[in-house]
Amino acid sequence: MLFDSEVNTMTQSENNEILKAINLKKYFRIGKDKKGPIFVRAVDGVNFSIKYGETLGLVGESGSGKSTIAYTIVGMYHPTSGQILFKDQNIGMEAVRRSLSLKKEIQIVFQDPGSSLNPRQTVEQILALPFRIHTQTPKKQLREKMVELLQKVELPPDFLYKSPLSISGGQKQLVAIARALASNPSLIVLDEPTSSLDVSVQAKIINKLMDLQKEMHLTYLFVTHDLSLMRNAASRIAIMYLGKICEIADATTFFEKPLHPYTQMLISSVPVITDEEKKLKPKKIVSIGEIGSPVNPPSGCSFHPRCPYRMPICSEADPEMIEVSPGHTVRCHLFSSQKKN
Amino acid sequence: MENILLNIKDLHIWYRVYGGYLKIINSVYLMVREGERVGLVGESGCGKTTVMKSIPQILPPGDFLIPKGEIYYKGKDILKMNFSEIQRLRSREIAMIFQDPTAALNPVFTIGTQIGDVIRYSAALEENVHQEKIKMLSIKALKEVSLPDPERMLVNYPFQLSGGMKQRVCIAMSTSSPRNLIIADEPGTSLDVTIQDQIMRLLNEIVKKRKTSLLLITHSLGVAKEMTDRIYIMYAGTIVETALTKDLFQNPVHPYTKGLLASVPRLSGGGIARGIPGRIPDYLNPPQGCRFQPRCEYATSSCTENPPQLIEVEKDHFVACYLTQR
Repeated sequence: MLFDSEVNTMTQSENNEILKAINLKKYFRIGKDKKGPIFVRAVDGVNFSIKYGETLGLVGESGSGKSTIAYTIVGMYHPTSGQILFKDQNIGMEAVRRSLSLKKEIQIVFQDPGSSLNPRQTVEQILALPFRIHTQTPKKQLREKMVELLQKVELPPDFLYKSPLSISGGQKQLVAIARALASNPSLIVLDEPTSSLDVSVQAKIINKLMDLQKEMHLTYLFVTHDLSLMRNAASRIAIMYLGKICEIADATTFFEKPLHPYTQMLISSVPVITDEEKKLKPKKIVSIGEIGSPVNPPSGCSFHPRCPYRMPICSEADPEMIEVSPGHTVRCHLFSSQKKN
Repeated sequence: MENILLNIKDLHIWYRVYGGYLKIINSVYLMVREGERVGLVGESGCGKTTVMKSIPQILPPGDFLIPKGEIYYKGKDILKMNFSEIQRLRSREIAMIFQDPTAALNPVFTIGTQIGDVIRYSAALEENVHQEKIKMLSIKALKEVSLPDPERMLVNYPFQLSGGMKQRVCIAMSTSSPRNLIIADEPGTSLDVTIQDQIMRLLNEIVKKRKTSLLLITHSLGVAKEMTDRIYIMYAGTIVETALTKDLFQNPVHPYTKGLLASVPRLSGGGIARGIPGRIPDYLNPPQGCRFQPRCEYATSSCTENPPQLIEVEKDHFVACYLTQR
């Protein structure tokens, strides 16, 4: 638990970083036994930063803790320990303790627009709320502003009077994006925004998001399980496994030179349609085993039971994050031994 | 051809709803040969699951209507079969693997009971199968899908297994007794990508080894490419294109197939196409003529009049589009 007095002691981040997570942990208590409380270690010591104007893809399987990170950043959870710095200011607290001007800056788009939009409200009511809370827009201009917002996501003005029930999944997600844009934020957390949609609709929404990013100078944290989507949409990619980040690199090096065995396994598992893509797949590694339990993670490196390259040390010690080349960090003993030699 | 196992001809299926009929399936032609792996690819809401459910006749009773069409299985029309013939079809000829293994398995019975039932009913018509034999066959089936410790697995309940393991159990059920056709409805969709890869490889191995026919229903072109010999592309209840898998990816003809292929994000990068504008039609009042015509950039007046028929453009490559006929 963090207190406000700790804010002053925080480290200075560089100017080009909009968000920085330092040793972020989020445990959920699910019960207790003789030894003490039992925790789900959803996020277990994560360090990453997001630069202004970039898209950081946070990729992982279900249960890896990627959505927990997203929710902690927007303030739905408060971290168990560690810090989140937003524009050099500590925001590791619950949303109720955040200032309104901070909430305005960080917005979120959820996975399922069917449940994130209130079916008993019209699109007009849905979009009016952020304007009323975050801006001093006079009532007369409100409608004009909302139509402007709908135009930004290429929806016709008559959508204001529609209910979320009467529009398609892709259109609902566009309304949810419009709602996130209403307060003119600088960081948008996208929590699997297209995983419930078809590919032809997904293509349209991703393109819209990328256009909006350029137009409004937005920064995205894109949480997803879809690697091929991230290849095309993200500038940098972080891979998560059981609450920890295994590898961070920029999108091109990531696919050309994946280092962590788990990254290689993920890439080799993606179903592809062209021969060009097939060449990118690491051939030596095939997917085996299943993701471990975050309640009782494997000792040492949490990936070692599934790893084809495991060594005796892997089950004993948890590897450190090592920078193998500028901007490319990996958490694996294969590379820590190389560095020592 | 003589070795055709399943042949769907001109199938129409309507659902009864308030305000009329949803005319979902509109003239579907589909064929599965013996030992062939066939993919049925389409986006959500295109009716692929409805077609799948019509084959072993497990559509929700009372709410649907089949105004027209035939489903031939080994030369016999399923729609004209009596109940005992359909039961025999379900228990001995066709196996199904569903999308969500959690919903497919009964939560209050053990894995052993559920697999045992499948084996018992598939063999009951021939000989009296003993409990011991059933257990042996169940263990063999679980071993084949590489589940660890199959003997202990028999007394486990579904909630004790992970999603990937449950789907393996479902595959074990479908392969525990000899079947001629396996219908798999998005078997990997509810699983993570590394687990999906394992499940697909397993299914592929079993199907190839046993020379069973496979009808794979999926929305993922990547999965279909790796798993099938021939692909049907479905849009809004109609088959728009069918070809051998390698031909389809090399030379897609229908505008919808092209749009769908372009929309898939590539692992090799290169950006994402603009997608296909519009949405699937309202089935209460489907568009006249070609059902893709309102979203099609090449649509002309002839497209709005009559629905195009499937025409062979190359060997084994059929397309339902007026563009190919001009």
